[in-house]
Amino acid sequence: MKQFGYTILEDRSIDIDRNDQRIREFLSLNDPSINACIGCGSCTATCTAGHFVDFNIRRVHTFLRRGEAHLLKEEIQKCMFCGKCQLICPRGVNMRNLIISINSAIERMG
Amino acid sequence: MSREVIVIGGGIAGITAASSLSESGSRVTLLEKEKYIGGHVKKWDRLFPSFRPANEVLDWAEKSMSSDIEVLKEATITSIKREGDKFTVYIQNDEPVTGKAIVLATGYELFDARKKEEYGYGIYDNVLTSADLEAIFREGKKIVTADGKTPRRVGIVHCVGSRDEKVGNLYCSKVCCVTGVKQAIEIKQVLPGTDVYGFYMDLRMFDRHFEELYFEAQQKWGINFIRGRVSECAENEDRSILIKTEDTLTGKPLKMTVDVLILLVGFIPSVETNKLASMLGLQTGDDGFLLSMDEHTQDNNTAIPGVFLTGALKGPTSIINSIADARSTALQVQVYLKSIG
Repeated sequence: MKQFGYTILEDRSIDIDRNDQRIREFLSLNDPSINACIGCGSCTATCTAGHFVDFNIRRVHTFLRRGEAHLLKEEIQKCMFCGKCQLICPRGVNMRNLIISINSAIERMG
Repeated sequence: MSREVIVIGGGIAGITAASSLSESGSRVTLLEKEKYIGGHVKKWDRLFPSFRPANEVLDWAEKSMSSDIEVLKEATITSIKREGDKFTVYIQNDEPVTGKAIVLATGYELFDARKKEEYGYGIYDNVLTSADLEAIFREGKKIVTADGKTPRRVGIVHCVGSRDEKVGNLYCSKVCCVTGVKQAIEIKQVLPGTDVYGFYMDLRMFDRHFEELYFEAQQKWGINFIRGRVSECAENEDRSILIKTEDTLTGKPLKMTVDVLILLVGFIPSVETNKLASMLGLQTGDDGFLLSMDEHTQDNNTAIPGVFLTGALKGPTSIINSIADARSTALQVQVYLKSIG
């Protein structure tokens, strides 16, 4: 068969219908503060790790809330658990607890 | 002495309530704790969204006060007594005042920016509040750094003391957004060569002509808006201010140096508002501001017949809305006075 070099690109949109919301649901059951984010970026601004490596705690958190769970596991390894994000959060999101819980959530969900 | 209505607080809301009540036939006493009436408006230079001088509005308000209104300045209230339909307000070093109704118009205070220590107000010389900047404009002074130089770059931080559970204020102070945009333009008007940056979480341009002002700030004045809350500031050796934020729209941490940093401070209930609320046993909301009977339908009434609320003691509000609220209060007071005969 003649190859024209066409490929089918993977859809890069966030598909809320298909995404796995279980981690978010599990985490928000344990700690509803995760839903209080207004995306101000204070956490990322103060994050020591994020100034040196490609790690954006606000985006990780937003991905989580959109059910983009496949991105989480690797990303959160970059966190140093210093807790500054939590100290600065104007909405009281329990970020440190959240990162720790993501690990156990991923283990539970497989 | 006996008057029909006692208005407590001589800011824009209290003055307007007093003059509306007087116009509609009541004998009014206006109590003010300061040596002057006019409240916060007296300290402001120009008003959003039209840049009209604040004096114009205050002059209008003061002129609409009839000579029949008795104004007592430097009046510190020590207690309030209620007997049937009669209220007696006791004043330090003065005769008590009696009336059939009380209108509370004790308003707000500005958030103390020193509580957000990470922004360095009171520590770094080049960090000012929006009120400080307004005083500079009002006194016709120049905007200069602590070294007396013209700033090349000015940063404006939104939501200082508002929308921040870390200082205990979850509420939005409503008018800081548009004040920030107004002041950014005013800085450009006097210092066209200075770059102005606004750091915001959301720009809440909720009222008429606010959005247009924001549009003008971007298009005509080239003001830069960066979506991110400033996390902290540090002072450089030359006393300029290094600020850190996330540019949330690119998803990267951002740092920059500004020569002057302006903090848009929000509203908190005034000391006097708190004092009178506990004196009268009035209900406060979880934000510390006073609660009316019903925020939709009886927003000037309280659980105590004859005690009314007006203006910013019910939460952050603009001058425009304070004036409207004060007039609506006057109407409610008249309805009440008629009902008790």
